[in-house]
Amino acid sequence: MIELTDISRHFTMGDQTVRALDQINLTINPGEYISLMGPSGSGKSTLLNLIGLLDTASSGRYLFDRQDTTDMTDHKLAELRGRHIGFVFQSFHLIPRLSAADNVMMPMTLAGIDIAQRRERVTKLLQRFGIADRADHRPSELSGGQRQRVAIARAMVMQPSLILADEPTGNLDQRSGKEVVEQLEALNRDGITLIVVTHDDDLGQRAQRQIKLVDGQIVSDSGASEPMGIDHLLA
Amino acid sequence: MILILAATATGVAAVIVLTALGNGARQFVVNQFSSMGSNLVIALPGRNETTGGPPPMFGSTPRDLTLNDALALKSAAGVARLSPVVIGTGPVSRGSMSRDTPIVGTTAELQRIRDLEVAQGKFLPAGDPRRAVAVALLGHTLKQEIFGDAVAVGEWIRIQDRRFRVIGVLQEQGNSFDLDWNEIVVVPVATAQQLFNTQTIFRVLMTQREGSDLPELKQELHRIIAQRHDGEDDITILSQDSLMKTFDKVFNALTMALAAIAGVSLIVAGILIMNVMLVSVSQRTGEVGLLKALGATKRQILLLFLNEALLLSLGGAIVGLLLGITGSALVRQLYPTIPAYAPEWAIFGGVSIALSSGLLFGWLPARRAAELDPVIALMGSK
Ligand SMILES: Nc1ncnc2c1ncn2[C@@H]1O[C@H](COP(=O)(O)OP(=O)(O)OP(=O)(O)O)[C@@H](O)[C@H]1O
Ligand SMILES: [Mg+2]
Repeated sequence: MIELTDISRHFTMGDQTVRALDQINLTINPGEYISLMGPSGSGKSTLLNLIGLLDTASSGRYLFDRQDTTDMTDHKLAELRGRHIGFVFQSFHLIPRLSAADNVMMPMTLAGIDIAQRRERVTKLLQRFGIADRADHRPSELSGGQRQRVAIARAMVMQPSLILADEPTGNLDQRSGKEVVEQLEALNRDGITLIVVTHDDDLGQRAQRQIKLVDGQIVSDSGASEPMGIDHLLA
Repeated sequence: MILILAATATGVAAVIVLTALGNGARQFVVNQFSSMGSNLVIALPGRNETTGGPPPMFGSTPRDLTLNDALALKSAAGVARLSPVVIGTGPVSRGSMSRDTPIVGTTAELQRIRDLEVAQGKFLPAGDPRRAVAVALLGHTLKQEIFGDAVAVGEWIRIQDRRFRVIGVLQEQGNSFDLDWNEIVVVPVATAQQLFNTQTIFRVLMTQREGSDLPELKQELHRIIAQRHDGEDDITILSQDSLMKTFDKVFNALTMALAAIAGVSLIVAGILIMNVMLVSVSQRTGEVGLLKALGATKRQILLLFLNEALLLSLGGAIVGLLLGITGSALVRQLYPTIPAYAPEWAIFGGVSIALSSGLLFGWLPARRAAELDPVIALMGSK
């Protein structure tokens, strides 16, 4: 489903070049639960952004769903993001002017889905994540845990095949962090591929497959992707 | 936000009110001309020099337009009525009461030319205009001031040091843009010439015979004067349509100029929109990055911000439209004689310039938002 071949991402600042990602090779199969760990500045977010099609590699090849993304137009990339990928951020990134329900609805609005269907899906998701009674509240009126649940509902609303979470518990206390993680894992159990970037070892250990980055390179990868892929095909 | 709304609203309102004023002034003058009668032709002494250059060396002494010249114009086939007019001011008195008054010297035919109604007594007698008879008609207000409610007809008044018998009082007249007919004394033209010690006629008012050709009439009038003035046709002939054309041009130009000035304020409003939008885009980079992560295309982001610019200028335009229409209504209320209605082109023009300047100046910020790199945009707002 996701296949990175010799992916590098360089940033040039003045006369300095930062190799944020250096010759990454990585295959991720549908339904995997992966944690991405490593010291600060090791390239975790950069890798996640590349996988999420928010960023493009300096070199290498990236197949998403068997499609080569290298020469895709901005329009096509936006469409893939909108339809197949859900993002969860450390700082939630909710639009402060909009109610929880409208925030959740946003990806469907952008995709041009009709209002009746939008309402129905939003109501279902808010119920599933236990925030139905907060539907009309603004983000500023919600707790951190509630905000992240709104963000997860939003990531889910287009029924994506992949959820990318960059330190989703980073701004949460332990209890709401645990709740959020459990909810993400529940989504993975439903078959959605889940990639979580984290500094938290305990959280990282919960994933089926742990990938460790140092200086833009994968230094360890617990998962043998081939068997999992076959598993999935057999399942 | 409010600033943009106010700037756009002011611009649109200014376009509407200023053009309404320009248009109203034009209409006012046009109305005045039409009230003079559409077949009026006026001759005045002196050539209307339209071409520049130094005056000729010989034969350039301007000649008076004498009473005989004026009367000779009557022989033109196209002239129905003709009345020479001399205008001046002088002291009009009765007993110890005295006041300076405009004095109009003319003939019996003026009554029909200008539709002057006589309230008491009679208008000037027909007869040889060259005879300086000492009779006078009083304007409505003047009569009230000198005689109060007493009968004036048959009484004597003094103009300068000459005695005049009052033969009539004019009916109260509405507003007229040349003279206030309520304030004047009317005397025979020859008498007025004596009072002012002049040979010249100030104006010759004529009405055009129905069915006659105006250019032909003008030519004939010029020819008559040329004949009498040794080949110099030194009079100017004005007709209502030529006057109106000139005024129309002047006022249209004025209205356009006012509209242009007001239009500039809309451009200023557009620049304001651009600045506020640029700030808004930079404040909302995080939001733009997020929308991109959620699948928004560049086009969608562009349209989002263009929409906001358009909404802002639309809001301003609507407020301005209401302000402008109320403003012109207020002008009409305060000056009922000025029909201050904004021309349609100004209303549509004002609103559409407001909207297009919103779009035009909203384009740059919207473009900037659409081109934002989503990763950097999301990072910048953590
Ligand atoms: N837009 C950018 N311009 C320049 N350098 C960048 C940019 N984005 C990332 N980098 C650099 O690339 C390297 C990897 O950054 P990245 O954000 O992926 O690290 P990370 O593993 O997510 O770190 P953290 O745990 O602190 O979030 C860092 O050295 C960073 O400074
Ligand atoms: Mg990071």
